[in-house]
Amino acid sequence: MSKNLRINKNKFIDQTARISFKFNNKKLYGYKGDTLASALLANDIHLVGRSFKYHRPRGIMTCGSEEPNAIVQISNDPSFTEPNVRATEIELYEGLEAFSQNCWPSVNFDLGGINNFLSPILPAGFYYKTFMWPASFWEKYEFFIRHSAGLGKSPTKPDQDLYDHQYAHCDVLVIGGGISGILSARLSAEKGLNTILIDDKKDLGGSTLYENNDIFKIDNENSNIWLKKQIEDLKKIRNLTIKNRTSVAAFHGYNYLLARENLTDHLSIHERKNKIRQRLWKIRAKKVVIATGAIERPLIFDNNDRPGTILSSSIKKYIDYYGVKTGENISLFTNNDSAYETAISLDKSGVKVKVIIDIRENSNSVLSKQIEKMGIKILRGYTVINTGGYKRIKSFDVKKLSNDGGSVVGEKITYKCDCLGVSGGWTPMVHLFTQSGGKLKFRNSDNVFIPDENKIPSEQISVGSSNGDFELDNVVNNTVKSIKVFLGLDKTNYEQLKIECSKEKQKRNIWLLPSDKPMFKTKPFLDFQNDSTAKDVKLALREGFKSIEHVKRYTTTGMGTDQGKLSNMHALGIIADSTGTNMGELGTTTFRPPYTPLTFGAIVGRNVGEFFDHTRRTAIHNWHVENKAEFENVGQWKRPWYFLKNGENMHQAVQRESKAARESAGILDASTLGKIDIQGIDASEFLNRVYTNAWSKLAIGKCRYGLMLNEDGMVYDDGVTTRLGENHYIMTTTTGGAASVLSKLEDYLQTEWPELNVYLTSVTDQYSTMSICGPNSKKIIKKLIPALDLSDENFPHMSFKNSIIDNVNCRIMRISFTGELSYEINVQSNFALNVWEKCMEAGKEFNITPYGTETMHLLRAEKGFIITGQDTDGTLTPSDLQMDWIIGKKKYDFIGKRSLYRSDTIRDDRKQLVGLLTDDPKEVLEEGSQLIESLEKKPIEMLGHVTSSYFSPNLNKSIALAIVKNGKKLKGKRLIVPMENENINVTITDAVFYDKDNERLNA
Amino acid sequence: MFLINCPYCGERDQSEFSCGGEAHIERPKQPTELSDDQWAEYLFMRKNIKGIQFERWNHIHGCRKWFNIVRDTSNDKIHAVYKMGERPPVK
Repeated sequence: MSKNLRINKNKFIDQTARISFKFNNKKLYGYKGDTLASALLANDIHLVGRSFKYHRPRGIMTCGSEEPNAIVQISNDPSFTEPNVRATEIELYEGLEAFSQNCWPSVNFDLGGINNFLSPILPAGFYYKTFMWPASFWEKYEFFIRHSAGLGKSPTKPDQDLYDHQYAHCDVLVIGGGISGILSARLSAEKGLNTILIDDKKDLGGSTLYENNDIFKIDNENSNIWLKKQIEDLKKIRNLTIKNRTSVAAFHGYNYLLARENLTDHLSIHERKNKIRQRLWKIRAKKVVIATGAIERPLIFDNNDRPGTILSSSIKKYIDYYGVKTGENISLFTNNDSAYETAISLDKSGVKVKVIIDIRENSNSVLSKQIEKMGIKILRGYTVINTGGYKRIKSFDVKKLSNDGGSVVGEKITYKCDCLGVSGGWTPMVHLFTQSGGKLKFRNSDNVFIPDENKIPSEQISVGSSNGDFELDNVVNNTVKSIKVFLGLDKTNYEQLKIECSKEKQKRNIWLLPSDKPMFKTKPFLDFQNDSTAKDVKLALREGFKSIEHVKRYTTTGMGTDQGKLSNMHALGIIADSTGTNMGELGTTTFRPPYTPLTFGAIVGRNVGEFFDHTRRTAIHNWHVENKAEFENVGQWKRPWYFLKNGENMHQAVQRESKAARESAGILDASTLGKIDIQGIDASEFLNRVYTNAWSKLAIGKCRYGLMLNEDGMVYDDGVTTRLGENHYIMTTTTGGAASVLSKLEDYLQTEWPELNVYLTSVTDQYSTMSICGPNSKKIIKKLIPALDLSDENFPHMSFKNSIIDNVNCRIMRISFTGELSYEINVQSNFALNVWEKCMEAGKEFNITPYGTETMHLLRAEKGFIITGQDTDGTLTPSDLQMDWIIGKKKYDFIGKRSLYRSDTIRDDRKQLVGLLTDDPKEVLEEGSQLIESLEKKPIEMLGHVTSSYFSPNLNKSIALAIVKNGKKLKGKRLIVPMENENINVTITDAVFYDKDNERLNA
Repeated sequence: MFLINCPYCGERDQSEFSCGGEAHIERPKQPTELSDDQWAEYLFMRKNIKGIQFERWNHIHGCRKWFNIVRDTSNDKIHAVYKMGERPPVK
């Protein structure tokens, strides 16, 4: 049975708009404007989840993005569900379903809770220490550890929501819509600067928005009323864009920022239809104003984690903004004045605070006087030493602090309560500043890290409490002063503002509050999500961890989804105290993006499905689809792999295609090969320098195969280049190498050889290529172009002719990658399908067979032709490939020439390309399998590996190419391919298996 | 993600460019006359400075032009951009 803790006065929550939602399958009600957390609290529900390690009951602790405990799973729809959502951030919508995480069978009765009783044997590093022996058991341990780890559940079906990316450019970006952000945005926009103001909440105004204490005045008006007017004026400025519900995730160099805008998460499911859920803004700002505010710190004492223990400023927001009482018997525990503000707010709403425990001996600010006047009891110089209760705090014990604060003295007093507000001071949110490369400095007076104004990496400024100003007069005056300088303003409307506020005069900070019990019997939690305690940090220090980065990882402090926003500072403080180091010297752990978690959807935006990567299709693609091609991805290209006919499997199709290509005619779509048009009076000289062989003497109308090296002498790419004219060549590259070859050539032209007059143009997409091969190919070409003289004298191997097929201009090269007589037809791509169909028609009587990449690979392997990238891997020289013939020995220089006789490249025990034949001609080797000489001598030396392997239908046996150490000299040698279940015997042979004398080229 | 002021196109996002490593390493005019060590010096040895570094960049998704920049690797500040063949600014 739940109580209603809503008070009936509120302008921020629309109490006429009731919203129903479910938490752990229980139907509850809240109002428009609530977060899940405020609605739960209004229903008197504090217990929301279980902690990660000890499965302790945990409740709502904050009201913002720093929340460590109240993280829930939204929905159980397999595509919509989202884990680790902070109940304090998600706005209530009709039909919201939320579930507790990390508990089984339920949050109320969680079997994992047994870990809490085992906690003495689960210290920091428990997993590292325990599961080390025996090493072979790790796999078994891991299974159980993995199952018990992890918080929420991932969706199991694809996300149906839409996500967007958008670029924005502005003069000034203001991050944070609190009072300092609003002032900054107004000053900037009124100066005429194109300004963007980003705030993560639904309403602008920060905490001043709901400040109802009339001791805070600006220009004789209550601060909230004054600010409201500012916001109204602000919204009228035209060159200002306001983005609500938007969180800056990352601040990179050069003022490049990423911000996630929530567009529909606050709407009911049916209102979201067809809308974009989140938009990731990519912002370039000339100047950035960081006004991200500060987060209240908890206090570190024994059992400081019981549900009902809430940050004091959050209690204030729940009562003043949401109109929700976080309890009916509330006490506060503080080391500063801000808990007094909470007490006053509660009092005004009719909730009497029982007692304020203040660790300071005295306090005489305006606020403390107001408290005294209201008759609220304050125990000064006391500390809470323990709390009672399990699923909800029921009581707390206090004792007097010793003068040095290191121990407690006197009698224990116990107070009953159902909610304890805690305040340990404030931590400026410097995350974005440090992400951008800024350095922090430590201010000893109130123990805060603030931006070091001398170490600001870009055109940016931090203002307000994110810059360490916590009191209203300082916040306003310093913001105005700094923005004036930052934006170069002469005079502003905010010069002589009369500001009234309370000034805190006494400070006392104790990072780890003392207890009357020995340390090992206490649980003072630091990281509430990961269950690391002050005890764990001290243990890590005793075990020798010194660097804060190491302590962090060993204890997992600050490594939860909240990234330790709440209490990383306490961990640092305890380390500093224990080691006698100044916190300024100790520094902080690194703040990394994102500031709050981003959904994968927001990160990828529209780049999903077919937009994830470009798909390139040839002009003939649709024909391939219609003719049952299976496709292979080659880079971004879709290439036909093989064509299925009459219920064949892949092997049968490839065997049929390969036989047809050698026996009659085959046709291949080779359009994906890279094509670079080379022009200029120095084109021949250029080719001389980039290829290993000589090019100056290549006659117009002739083709030549070229091998391109890197400067280190290793084979990089290959292809046939044709001389179309005196100063005009067309170079072909491998499909995958097209872009990088062009880049490499451009690099040389622009940087090393600017004296060469050469122009390179990629024409890969502009031309389509079909290759017709086989003994009947000449007859097919003859049918297509009766006028062309195809005699060996007029049109020999390695030459080209301009011609016309069906009124389409084409370039025909007589070149071959299969070893068969072969013609390559190049046409403008928009005519390619038509010409392809003409070829098919002309070849019909010769059973012209379209074949795919697999058959192409098989046919060239029969001939021992390499495929760069398959048979080579950037470690092979031309000589290693037994291609010494292609090195222009007389050439003075070419790319990589000098490297061909480095001490390493002239070793004779390098790995070299050879052919392999299996003893059993039916046995096809696996590509990539290793080659060894013997199984006897140990350790077994790996001599090389298989690079290409096929069953050749034309030779009726298995063939393979391999690289083998010293392979050139090992012809006839027997090696072993050790496989999982057998050892396959092979013999090294020549790499050319078929038609060694190239008779078929002219058949 | 820095902004680079391409000398041909103007200021563009870093994602349009690719870095080609250290600048002003000239390919030897007569490689065949170099010893293994001298050739290795050209081929493999590159500086990796924390501080001011001269670098080659290519506007690969733009005008495809190569140019040089002077960048402080400790904070990514670009101090100068100049075309290939132009004299580098004095350190």
